[in-house]
Amino acid sequence: MRVRERLLADPVTMAVALLLLIIVVMVIAAPLIATYDPTSGSAFARLKSPGYPGHWLGTDEVGRDLWSRMVYGGRLTLLCGVAPVAFALLVGGSLGLVAGYRGGLVNSFIMRGMDVLYAFPSILLAIAICGMLGSGVGNTILALTVTFIPPIVRISETITTQVRSFEFVEAARASGATSASIIRFHILNNVLGPILVYATSLISISIILAAGLSFLGLGVTPPDAEWGLMLNNLRQAIWVNPLVAALPGVMIFMTSMCFNLMSDGLRTAMDVRL
Amino acid sequence: MSADALLEVRNLRRTFPIRGGLLQRQVATVHAVDGISFEVKPGETLGIVGESGCGKSTTARLLIRLLEPDSGTIAFDGRTVGGAGGIPIRELRRQVQMVFQDSYSSLNPRCTVEDTIAYGPSVHGLSWEVANARAREILAKVGLDPAVFAARYPHELSGGQRQRVNIARALALEPKLLVLDEPVSALDKSVEAQVLNLLIDLKRDLALTYIFISHDLNVLQYMSDRVLVMYLGKVVEYGPVESIYADPRHPYSRALLGAMPSMDPDRRGEQATLTGDPPNPIDPPPGCRFHTRCPHAEACCAAAEPRLSADASVSGHYAACHMLVPGSGHSAAPQIAA
Repeated sequence: MRVRERLLADPVTMAVALLLLIIVVMVIAAPLIATYDPTSGSAFARLKSPGYPGHWLGTDEVGRDLWSRMVYGGRLTLLCGVAPVAFALLVGGSLGLVAGYRGGLVNSFIMRGMDVLYAFPSILLAIAICGMLGSGVGNTILALTVTFIPPIVRISETITTQVRSFEFVEAARASGATSASIIRFHILNNVLGPILVYATSLISISIILAAGLSFLGLGVTPPDAEWGLMLNNLRQAIWVNPLVAALPGVMIFMTSMCFNLMSDGLRTAMDVRL
Repeated sequence: MSADALLEVRNLRRTFPIRGGLLQRQVATVHAVDGISFEVKPGETLGIVGESGCGKSTTARLLIRLLEPDSGTIAFDGRTVGGAGGIPIRELRRQVQMVFQDSYSSLNPRCTVEDTIAYGPSVHGLSWEVANARAREILAKVGLDPAVFAARYPHELSGGQRQRVNIARALALEPKLLVLDEPVSALDKSVEAQVLNLLIDLKRDLALTYIFISHDLNVLQYMSDRVLVMYLGKVVEYGPVESIYADPRHPYSRALLGAMPSMDPDRRGEQATLTGDPPNPIDPPPGCRFHTRCPHAEACCAAAEPRLSADASVSGHYAACHMLVPGSGHSAAPQIAA
C-alpha cells in the first residue's frame, strides 16, 4: 500500500500521529494513571498552580485534581469528537454516493433535504437539537452527527457525480458489471479519500462544538469531566490562576490541531498522482 | 442483406430530450441517431466516419447498450439483443467490447493496470487470481511487459501505453467484436501508427471483428474493409472502402474526401470543401439533411428524404442521394429509360 509508505515518510504527520496516540492511550488508561477521583475534591486545595504537592497539574475551583480530570475528561471529549464524525461519515457518505450515482429525482430528493439542514448555521443546529433533546453525551453525539451529515453528503455527492461521468465507469458497465460492483470497485476508491480527509478535519470542529455545547450547559453535565465543561468552569478563575484556567483550552487546541494536521497529511499521502 | 452477419442493425433510432424551464419539461429533442441500418460481417473492419455530432459515438454506445435505443433492433450472431428469447445484455457485453476515445478518463486513476484489466473477467465470475493471470497474459499481447506495467497506475503511463491498457481491458473478456471509438485520435502520429498496427495484429491473431469509428480519413482507409459515412444521425453512404474512396457517390462523402490532405500535389484542392457547421440536430432540416450545405441541392432535396439505394455498378455500395435515383425529380438524376 503506497498510502502507508508515504504517511510513514512524512515527519509532521508521524509526529502528530504519535501525539494523538499518546493522548488516546492516556485517555483509555485514565483509571490507571489518574491520581485522584476526578469528581470529588478538597475545599482546602482550590485553584492550586501546577507543581502543588500531590497535584502536579494543580487543582480546579472546587479543589479537584486537574490531572485526573484532564485524563478522564479527554474520554468524553474524544468520544464527542470522533463518534459524530464517524456516524456522519457512514450515513452522509452513503447518502452522497447514492445521490451522486443515481442522479435525477433521487439526487434532488436527498440534496434538497440536505439544503434544509444546511440552512442553519452548524452551531445553531447543534444547539437547537440538543436543546430539544436535553443535555447528555448521547444527545450531544446525535446533535453533532446531524450537524455533520449535510456537508459530508454534499462532498460525497459532488465527487461521485464527477467520478461517475468518467469513461472508466462506462467501461465497467460495458463489461457487464452491476451498479453495486461499480460503486464498490470504481467509485468508492475515488470518493473515500477526499471525504475521509474532510471528515478528519471535522473531528477538530466536532471537539470544539462539543466543548461549546458543554460550555452552554447543553452537553456533558457536571460533575462529569469534559474539557469544554472544565474550560467553562475554570474561566472565572482566569484572573486568579491563569495557568490552571488555560489548561483544558490548551488540550482542546492541541488535539484539534493534531487532527487538522493529520487530515492534511492524509490528503497528501492519498493523492496517487503526487 | 446477408444472413451471415455478425452484427445486424435495423432502423436504430435514439433521441435525447432537452429539458428546460422551472419544471424541467421537455422543450426539444436531439435526433442523435435517426434510423440507421448496417451490418458487420465476421472478420471485417467496418469504418464509421462523420463530423463531430453526427452520431458516431451514440451509435457505438447503442451497440453495446450503454444507451437504450428508442426503436430498432440489433442482432448479434443471429440473435436479437434483449427481449424474450434474445441474447441477454450481459452476454452481449462479453461478446462485444468497446475501446474509448479518451485514454485518460477511461482508466480509473486509483486502480493498477492489472486490476483495471482483471476487473471485467472478475465481474463475469472468474476468481481474482485467474483474472489477474489473464490480465498479465493480455498485457503481453498488447506489447506491455507485465513485469513492468502490471502494478503501475494510469498516471505513470504515456498516452499510447494507456490506450494499450484500454485495448487490453476490452480484450480481457475475449470478445468477438470490438467497437473502437476514435481509439487513436488523442495520440501522436508516431504512437498512432504503432497502436493501429497493434490493432491489426490483434485482429489477425484473435480472429476479431472491428467497428472502427474515426474522423481521420487516412486512418479509416488504412484500417477498414468497408466504410459507413454518417451525417446528422443518418447513413448517407455505405460500401467497400476502395469504391468509396475512389468514387464517392454522395456529395457529402465527396466533400469529406475532398478535404482529405493528400500527399499527391495533383490531387489537392480540386473539390470544394464544406463550409459552415452541420445544422443543429435538435431541429434537423427536412428532406435530405445535407441539402442546406449541398452544392447540388434542388427543390426535391428539401421536400423528400432520399433512401439508401444500391449502386448499380459496385455491389454492396449504397448511397442516399436524389441525384442517384431515377425519377427522384432532381435534374442530375439518371433518366428513366422509356
